[in-house]
Amino acid sequence: MTAKTLYDKIWDAHLVSTDEDGTSLLYIDRHLVHEVTSPQAFEGLRTAGRNVHAPDKTIAVPDHNVPTTLDRLEGEVKNEESRVQLDALEKNALDFGVHYYPVNDIRQGIVHIVGPEQGWTLPGMTVVCGDSHTATHGAFGALAHGIGTSEVEHVLATQTLIQAKSKNMKVEISGKLQNGVTAKDITMHVIGQTGTAGGTGYVIEYCGEAIEALSMEGRMTVCNMAIEGGARAGLIAPDQKTFDYVMGRPHAPKGAQWEAALAYWKTLFSDEEAVFDKVLTIRAEDIEPSVTWGTSPEDVLPISANVPAPEDFTEGKVDAVKRALDYMGLTPGMKLTDIQIDTVFIGSCTNGRIEDFREVAKVVKGKKIKDGMRAMVVPGSGLVRAQAEEEGIAQILIDAGFEWRLAGCSMCLAMNPDQLAPGERCAATSNRNFEGRQGRGGRTHLVSPAMAAAAALTGHLTDIRDL
Amino acid sequence: MEKFTKITGVAAPMPLINIDTDMIIPKLFLKTIKRSGLGKNLFDEMRYDDAGAEIPDFVLNKPAYRNAQIIVAGDNFGCGSSREHAPWALLDFGIRVVISTSFADIFYSNCFKNGILPIILPQEDVDKLMDDAERGANAVLNVDLENQTITGPDGGEVSFEVDAFKKHCLINGLDDIGLTMQKSDAIAVFEAQNATSMPWV
Ligand code: SF4
Repeated sequence: MTAKTLYDKIWDAHLVSTDEDGTSLLYIDRHLVHEVTSPQAFEGLRTAGRNVHAPDKTIAVPDHNVPTTLDRLEGEVKNEESRVQLDALEKNALDFGVHYYPVNDIRQGIVHIVGPEQGWTLPGMTVVCGDSHTATHGAFGALAHGIGTSEVEHVLATQTLIQAKSKNMKVEISGKLQNGVTAKDITMHVIGQTGTAGGTGYVIEYCGEAIEALSMEGRMTVCNMAIEGGARAGLIAPDQKTFDYVMGRPHAPKGAQWEAALAYWKTLFSDEEAVFDKVLTIRAEDIEPSVTWGTSPEDVLPISANVPAPEDFTEGKVDAVKRALDYMGLTPGMKLTDIQIDTVFIGSCTNGRIEDFREVAKVVKGKKIKDGMRAMVVPGSGLVRAQAEEEGIAQILIDAGFEWRLAGCSMCLAMNPDQLAPGERCAATSNRNFEGRQGRGGRTHLVSPAMAAAAALTGHLTDIRDL
Repeated sequence: MEKFTKITGVAAPMPLINIDTDMIIPKLFLKTIKRSGLGKNLFDEMRYDDAGAEIPDFVLNKPAYRNAQIIVAGDNFGCGSSREHAPWALLDFGIRVVISTSFADIFYSNCFKNGILPIILPQEDVDKLMDDAERGANAVLNVDLENQTITGPDGGEVSFEVDAFKKHCLINGLDDIGLTMQKSDAIAVFEAQNATSMPWV
């Protein structure tokens, strides 16, 4: 038997058929659906008179444009276009009989947080969603990736996807992280090394001591941004932590099925002899708290560095850097820690989980955020929100001056009213710093939750280790 | 889906690298529940100023390129989100071909589902076509999918690779769902096996 990588094993277990040219039909175990990328797909089904093939494996939840202010509990979504999309999701979910969490259900939240939380995401599965950050679910050893709306329609109609196999890449983080360095810094550092196209054509498996040491929350943060490195998916082999997280979740297997599942899950790792097409090894000690200075997630530097100059880069990138510095309003040579911040956003499918909020609470407990700072914390799900309230975290954040919101994507992509105004500058725990991502003309610096908390206190980008 | 065999059209140069999906179609326009009508907002933030007036410098606002059907772009075109609104907006504007050294994965496959041909070429070929595209209204390229060639204004020819299955679907305007449904027996067999071997899925 030839040695296989984890990706090879999951791929092989889901092959329905392969054509002579290598194009394969892959079976999909879980299909997550949200309101922005699905209306046209359901419409396509209706037009063609087709059904959802496996409504039991399809889960719909609104997240991208739900308001996160408390008034949402009282009634209608005011923005008409958003309301039309949310209503369309509800109608489609009910008409086609798929699982559905309505806006004001406590289990509602960002689709990539809800999936694992409810036990829909399990090791060894194939998981897709019309959203690029589906990579998040790879933290469970599931092959998970984003798809476009035509593919959403294809999966709805057939529960399969036409795929060509990607190549295997291994990213090993050896050793132990320094104090103040988190999962977010690992994943940003990796993108800084590979560039946003470095993973194109690959599925990345993250491994090594520093990855094993992460909690499931941290592993989700790492896999979440695999897509920012261009990879089709990120994967981490499941271990005891994974099993402990999954056990007892509403849709996880129980009793004898649990035992059978567990026995299978324990076979999900890359064989020792397995060959990777590309290997990147990084020493955990070399990773510092990281921050982006530009408008691409690859524009990453350690917080101790200075803003770079266009001349520091090679050919193709020079113009992009000029444009980015201009957009970001930064001068080459200035210290990153001198960059003043007026907004802090903590949330998103990258860092909207309970562990992230615990980190923030640790930093801000008993302190006040800088005068004039707008700072919001947006839980990734209603259940995360409830847990944070129970643990007293919500109160610590509110006392420090943060707004405590309802669950949704919020200022990660600013489709709802949570937006930056032109020229505003935000330390954000989300995953994209593209031009206009958080509002037209808005400037985004991606950081870890702890670093975002530190910036909220001081009013400028701050090295968490100096606090 | 509209068939794609040959296109002869003006090519617009966009040498910027990492042109992301937020640039192609900002999220403001993702609230639609339709596929059509997005062309007027293609590259919205680069194309219009805050008051909604056209920015004359932006390539697709220049008279020579207003009817462009081809874009020659810098590396890693289409990175970012999975939004199919990006190819919908390109198509609605009239773009049928994008040429670059590399594309983001999801965007690349989304193009094929919408009758757009994304072409990956080595840097030197892209540089040459970028030069051709800089010539304004004379920047006419001829893209022939059948023969997998691009002919420039000077008659120079570049050939390109494309996955055979994707080519077949594009040339015949085939809908993949119909094709996959022909394999419904294989899907049923897979499901039956899995129901026994992995009942928890
Ligand atoms: S939180 Fe941001 S990245 Fe995650 S699903 Fe929502 S919009 Fe996408």
